[in-house]
Amino acid sequence: MVMLSGIYGLLSASFFVAMDAVDVAFTEASVGAGISTLLMLTTITLVGRYEHAARHKPTLALAVVFVTGALLIYGTLDMPYFGSAEAPINLHVAPHYLNDSMQEIGMPNVVTSVLASYRGFDTFGETAVIFTAGVGVLALLSIVRRPEEEAEIDAINDSMHQQHLILRIVIKILIPFIFLFALYVQFHGDYGPGGGFQAGVIFAAAIILYAMLFGLSTARRVINQSLIQVLAAVGVLVYGSVGLVSMLNGGNFLDYSVLASDPVAGQHVGILVIELGVGITVASVMVIIFFSFAGRRENRRVSGNDVEHDGNRPTNSSENKDAR
Amino acid sequence: MLAHLPVLQVIVPLMAAPACLILGRSSLAWLFSLIVSATACLISITLLQQVMTSGTIIYALGGWNAPWGIEYRIDELNAYLLLIISAISTVILLASHTSIKKEIPKDRHTLFYVLYLLSLAGMLGIVATGDAFNVFVFLEISSLSAYSLISMGKDRRSIWASYQYLIMGTIGATFILIGIGLMYQMTGTLNMEDLAKRLPEVAQTRTVFAAFVFFIVGVCLKLALFPLHLWLPNAYAYAPSIITAFFAATSTKVAVYLLIRFTFSIFGLSFSFTTLPLQTIFLTLGLLGIFAASIAAIYQKNVKHLFAYSSVAQIGYMIVGYSISTTTGLMATLLHLFNHALMKGALFLALGAVMYRIGSTQLRDFQGLGRQMPITVAAIVAGGLSLIGVPLTVGFISKWYLVLAAIESGWWPVAVLILLGSLLAIVYVWRIVEMAYFKEPLMNREPVKEAPLAFLVPVWMLVSANIYFGVDTRLSVQVAQAASQSLFGVSP
Amino acid sequence: MILGLYNYWVVVVLMMIGFYIVIAQGNLIKKIVGLNIFQTSVFILYISMAKVEGGTAPILAEGISQFSNPLPHVLILTAIVVGIATTALGLALAVRIKEAYGSIEEDEIQDRDNKESSTMKGKKC
Repeated sequence: MVMLSGIYGLLSASFFVAMDAVDVAFTEASVGAGISTLLMLTTITLVGRYEHAARHKPTLALAVVFVTGALLIYGTLDMPYFGSAEAPINLHVAPHYLNDSMQEIGMPNVVTSVLASYRGFDTFGETAVIFTAGVGVLALLSIVRRPEEEAEIDAINDSMHQQHLILRIVIKILIPFIFLFALYVQFHGDYGPGGGFQAGVIFAAAIILYAMLFGLSTARRVINQSLIQVLAAVGVLVYGSVGLVSMLNGGNFLDYSVLASDPVAGQHVGILVIELGVGITVASVMVIIFFSFAGRRENRRVSGNDVEHDGNRPTNSSENKDAR
Repeated sequence: MLAHLPVLQVIVPLMAAPACLILGRSSLAWLFSLIVSATACLISITLLQQVMTSGTIIYALGGWNAPWGIEYRIDELNAYLLLIISAISTVILLASHTSIKKEIPKDRHTLFYVLYLLSLAGMLGIVATGDAFNVFVFLEISSLSAYSLISMGKDRRSIWASYQYLIMGTIGATFILIGIGLMYQMTGTLNMEDLAKRLPEVAQTRTVFAAFVFFIVGVCLKLALFPLHLWLPNAYAYAPSIITAFFAATSTKVAVYLLIRFTFSIFGLSFSFTTLPLQTIFLTLGLLGIFAASIAAIYQKNVKHLFAYSSVAQIGYMIVGYSISTTTGLMATLLHLFNHALMKGALFLALGAVMYRIGSTQLRDFQGLGRQMPITVAAIVAGGLSLIGVPLTVGFISKWYLVLAAIESGWWPVAVLILLGSLLAIVYVWRIVEMAYFKEPLMNREPVKEAPLAFLVPVWMLVSANIYFGVDTRLSVQVAQAASQSLFGVSP
Repeated sequence: MILGLYNYWVVVVLMMIGFYIVIAQGNLIKKIVGLNIFQTSVFILYISMAKVEGGTAPILAEGISQFSNPLPHVLILTAIVVGIATTALGLALAVRIKEAYGSIEEDEIQDRDNKESSTMKGKKC
């Protein structure tokens, strides 16, 4: 079922390409098909693959779905036809972006111009969303490892990984190229599909690949836990600081034109820096999330099943004491 | 600096959150969050003053004017809500350092404050913006941080409550996204002001109708309007006390704001109330909510659950005021927004103090508490009186205007029903009073001390505000009236 | 007319499949998958809106005059990120629920909670 959802993600990515939405396709492929599937697989290893057959009839659910679907189809009846160039959305705000962005911002990739400059504040919010998810997962799943367990986990990992020697060697060669590709995507986002999000995800994917094959603790030694958390925060702060600097230079928040003597150059500088901020935060948060999930799993394997290790989940024990 | 206030209102807490993560230590994180929240509060006060004297403030983010860029648009309604959110947040933070010591493991304290600041920033962002998609982004910031914060409660049921809230909340947010998408498709713009201008041309299309319905349903999920309120009681009951206090006072208010903003300023009064029989629907659901929830509250064994259901009932009152779509009706709703925030903030904070001292909020553990924690229980009683609507409290003022609005429109049965609802409130508040004052304290429990100052000060700040604004109503009424009038004046 | 709109109808069907999975399935992880499908279909809806007949990707280049609309692309990029954030949180919650309750089936979890509150009722003095 998880694989099916991964395939669904890939299919939607190809659909996006067919719809000329190349940036979106890129992001959906890496995020929807890649990270999403990875997370679900990790979760399934933690919770088990079996499920029970449904016990009650889903009539209410079917009714709700039917009404919602009918309403939606009713709504589509007056929509402009698919592909129409006369649709309201193609007549109002969008033409300005397509026609004037070259003068105002000077970048071929209009999606990047809109994302990073015209609607830069939305992207700032989005970076904050990713950051929130990272912190939330940390709050839910992070475990402080005790040193005795480290040795045990290392031993298990080493024995497992002996079997994958070929993979390890191949990956070791590939990883630098993946990093290079990530950097390319990051900085080329102005001219072709790409940008901070996609680059961040690819970067994180390389690290996760390394962790999967060489063991979590090795990966952790290479990439310090607290450093990653600081990096995630730094990305958001970098983005915001660009806005603050704009304000100090006399413009509004996130107005890049005041960042350099020439407005267009200012736009380029601004976009470059914020995309970097986005890339840093996205990469760090993806790594944090993966490490949190994987760390939880390793801990379980060592200490037996279903034992609570962060010690804060008794069920109403205080109230049980009162009841007599 | 003054010109940048609208954006500072949101980015100060938003950027403080990652900074807080870097700071690390828990007491430092608390102090930092307190200062940030207080700054946000000061900014909102200044903004409100500015708006009341010189009118709507517009701020173009990125230097791009709407509709090419995103703009912040602060009028009386926004400024009012910004003040409520930031003020309550600051007062509650005063008690948080002590409260979470007993409810959340130490290594999570910093993360708690990071998430709290994100939640604050998210809510402020939803209220301050003038762009429809920006609303969605900040809605998600505030929702995601809320799911994480709620799951940090001591009881394992908090995780389950958080999951249910996540599912229902995401469905609501996706419906809102669909609504915004359909609106965009028919007009080509995302800016609220621009949408208001362009929607009337396409208002009769089926697509806009669908957009409207999806948006309303999505917002009602977030509002916890009966019968879409199912996530609320558990989420409020099992979350850490500080979080319950914060969210009970603020998060549903933000959803009410969205409802008002979109139906009045964007879709327009005439469209909103004629396409769907919105008046009737909301009146019925509001009244049903008041009664179903109040009755449910009477039977609860856990006081937090009791007041959570009471919150659902109060939201019912707000929706009833909204459905009486007159200036007075809307004013009553806006007043109740403010008053409910004060009431529930005080109540849940006092409950947090009880939780801190005796580790439980089960009703039967309240036995004799009136003698052991007199100041705290007095605060709960005061809050309860406000809920009922006793004169001299803030609850009386909002009920008064609500009944007035109903009578002005000639809806006598509604006025009677509103008063009946207050009677129900008397029943569930009495249950607590009875337990606390008229029963002997439990023999097997160690003597319970009064709550520490860290709780008493903010609780009584809120309670005094309850009484002060119940006596001197000039400020709240003035603002609510100005907001209500401007909304009715602006809608096409 | 049907030819002009069938694209949207397919999307609606996908959306409803996702929506149905969210509300009807009892398994927590399946619910999250359903949520994902629901959200992704909304993205497809937005992106289909953006397509212009005969246009290409909105990257300005010599000789091309007709482009697809870039604004929905931007919105969806943001929405995809929001979607993954929600999924990650949902899955983390599911992991914790499994640890605390020993199950990820909705009805089993409700049963355990109800049993607990009734045993407490029984213990009242």
